[in-house]
Amino acid sequence: MVLMSGAKALIEALKKENVKVIFGIPGGAILPVYDELSKESDINHILVRHEQCAAHAADGYARASGQVGVCMATSGPGATNLVTGIATAYMDSSPVVAITGQVPRTLIGKDAFQEADIIGITTPITKFNFQINRVSEIPGIIKTAFYIASTGRRGPVLIDVPRDVQTEEADVEFNDEIRLRSYKPIYEPHPLQVEKAAQLLIEAERPVIVAGGGVIASNACQELVALAEFLPAPVATTLMGKGAISENHPLSVGMLGMHGTVAANHLVQDADVLLAVGMRFSDRTTGNLKTFCPNGKIIHIDIDASEIGKNIRPHVPIVADAKRALRAIYQRLVEKAQKKEKTAWLRRMQELKEMQEEVVKSNVGGDGIKPPALMVEIRKILPNDAIITTEVGQNQMWAALYLKVYKPRAFISSGGLGTMGFGFPAAIGAKVACPSVPVVDIAGDGSFIMTEQDLATSVAWKIPVIVIVLNNSVLGMVAQWQRLFYGRRYFAVHLGGIPDFVKLAEAYGAQGIRVQSLEEFRRALKTALNSDVTTVIDVPISSEENVLPMVPPGQDIRNLMLS
Amino acid sequence: MDMEREEKLYMISAIVEHKPGVLHTISNMFRRRGFNIESISVGVSEEPDLARMTITIKGDEVVVEQLVKQLRKIISVVRVSILDPKHTVARELALIKVNTPDSKTRSDVINYTEIFKGHIVDVAHDSLIIEMTGDSEKINAFIDLMKPFGIKEIARTGIAALPRGMRSTRME
Repeated sequence: MVLMSGAKALIEALKKENVKVIFGIPGGAILPVYDELSKESDINHILVRHEQCAAHAADGYARASGQVGVCMATSGPGATNLVTGIATAYMDSSPVVAITGQVPRTLIGKDAFQEADIIGITTPITKFNFQINRVSEIPGIIKTAFYIASTGRRGPVLIDVPRDVQTEEADVEFNDEIRLRSYKPIYEPHPLQVEKAAQLLIEAERPVIVAGGGVIASNACQELVALAEFLPAPVATTLMGKGAISENHPLSVGMLGMHGTVAANHLVQDADVLLAVGMRFSDRTTGNLKTFCPNGKIIHIDIDASEIGKNIRPHVPIVADAKRALRAIYQRLVEKAQKKEKTAWLRRMQELKEMQEEVVKSNVGGDGIKPPALMVEIRKILPNDAIITTEVGQNQMWAALYLKVYKPRAFISSGGLGTMGFGFPAAIGAKVACPSVPVVDIAGDGSFIMTEQDLATSVAWKIPVIVIVLNNSVLGMVAQWQRLFYGRRYFAVHLGGIPDFVKLAEAYGAQGIRVQSLEEFRRALKTALNSDVTTVIDVPISSEENVLPMVPPGQDIRNLMLS
Repeated sequence: MDMEREEKLYMISAIVEHKPGVLHTISNMFRRRGFNIESISVGVSEEPDLARMTITIKGDEVVVEQLVKQLRKIISVVRVSILDPKHTVARELALIKVNTPDSKTRSDVINYTEIFKGHIVDVAHDSLIIEMTGDSEKINAFIDLMKPFGIKEIARTGIAALPRGMRSTRME
């Protein structure tokens, strides 16, 4: 037992969790913690310019590193500004711990200055949240919070610390005990279910694997590829699963769903056995649920039991960690069956992949810079281990479709919540986690402007990232929907080419480059890669571009619009 | 897989941590996921730091399975079981205030209460409060019987339930 203040106990507990960096903004109700933090050399605090960016940066840090990301804010508006970032992390199962100041215990519930019920507000968007009532609880709560955030299906946890708890002194004991009565994630797959899955896969003539973000979260990528090669089965990914298999791999068929590839969408619909792993059958992935994978038997592996049967009722449900389940199924296959070589199904895959290549070609010609061609150029220039983040909308879908990713954790995007403004602060977080690799945010002008103020953070803290703004002067995806489904009645989408992104970058002390051709773009990107300051590359594109292929919402995913 | 899509009333027993905010978390999940709860009752359980929550919901097997999974996912929820009506004792308590303007009505109401094994717990000049416990059907039947007399107010607790005999919803 050691006598110390709540603030000191909090910092000590964070050090025990190996926290190296906190993204945050101070304020009255969290000042005692910041005062302790100022004396601490083991934890680096990065001052961001908007709390939303603190949460997104912590999220980007977590996704790039696999470690828990930490953000901090004061009570009231500081805490509520975190909300979008917390919800983003929750939807994409990212391990983030958010620490918020709160008004003193005696003022809670009295509508005190900068009081917000952040526990009530974040209950549906956190895996768990705590309000600390006593100094002595701090070590246990911090330990438990990190444990919950980083185990099972990962997710954000919020800890709300009243100001008087931060200043109060009490005897504190640090131990490794975690007291949770019921939280016991199931990791091992049930052997009977594994057997059923293996049998289905052995009998399959047209097997397909769909890999989601859970494969990356559980580091199951090697197991995924081994299983795919043995069967052999084409591997489609969800947006969150991009990178689970190298997109250079012969069995990789790209993304599935509303903006899926020709190959992924058709193969899934024609499959006789679908192995879905670490994914949750979201509406953007399945299109019309009634016609999804109509003749296939579905094996669904997920660590979250509530995902199984939520949208699709599988024939073989497996509640387990993706890595262990895939490994177990693979072992049964090796014991029971022979590895198959070139099958008719793989020839079909090849045909469909060639059709997809035709789509790419038909979308790259013509005047001006075409986004698919731009993605291909970016890939050629970036090293293989570069981390790509995206904003949300057309930029995100172009990147998902045309920018190949070769390794896990190298593609970071807001999939579930679809948060515009996510990519840039997430890039800052990813760069802090992985300082030696280039980090590139594929942005649109509409998204980037939502969090561009954190150019200040990236410049002041010397966290150089590259922002490629696909600048079409409109909210591109909304405009695409208005063009395709609302009779070209464009409304509330024109951004007017404001601001001048080169001047904006320069105003923050960053580098701004505008390009007019692919040739200029290549030079700009190379300049940016060699620069030690954040670079914004403004790439004007036509506002009439569509992201293709596209399945109209709610339809069978075979109904791909190709032009 | 084929599951029953026929709607019926399910009783679910949940042992939860007896802490502030747990009821909010659970009821918020019901709202968020669109589960239509018929009744919910909460009270401290055999262990002082745990509460027992009895939830009744009208739905089909698929809905109930999802509700149970969503409940189990909440970290403050310790244990969840679906109660089999055949092997469950389920009781509800209702307080019913009935108009009794004259002695004829008064004696009728008292008679019915006795037949239903209820208790008169408050007597005023022109009304009585009856305490009635039993399964929901019995209480509904009694309320129907009281309607012609003029019911002023009703307070119902929702269902509390336990499995019979050696069956248990306790933590091992």
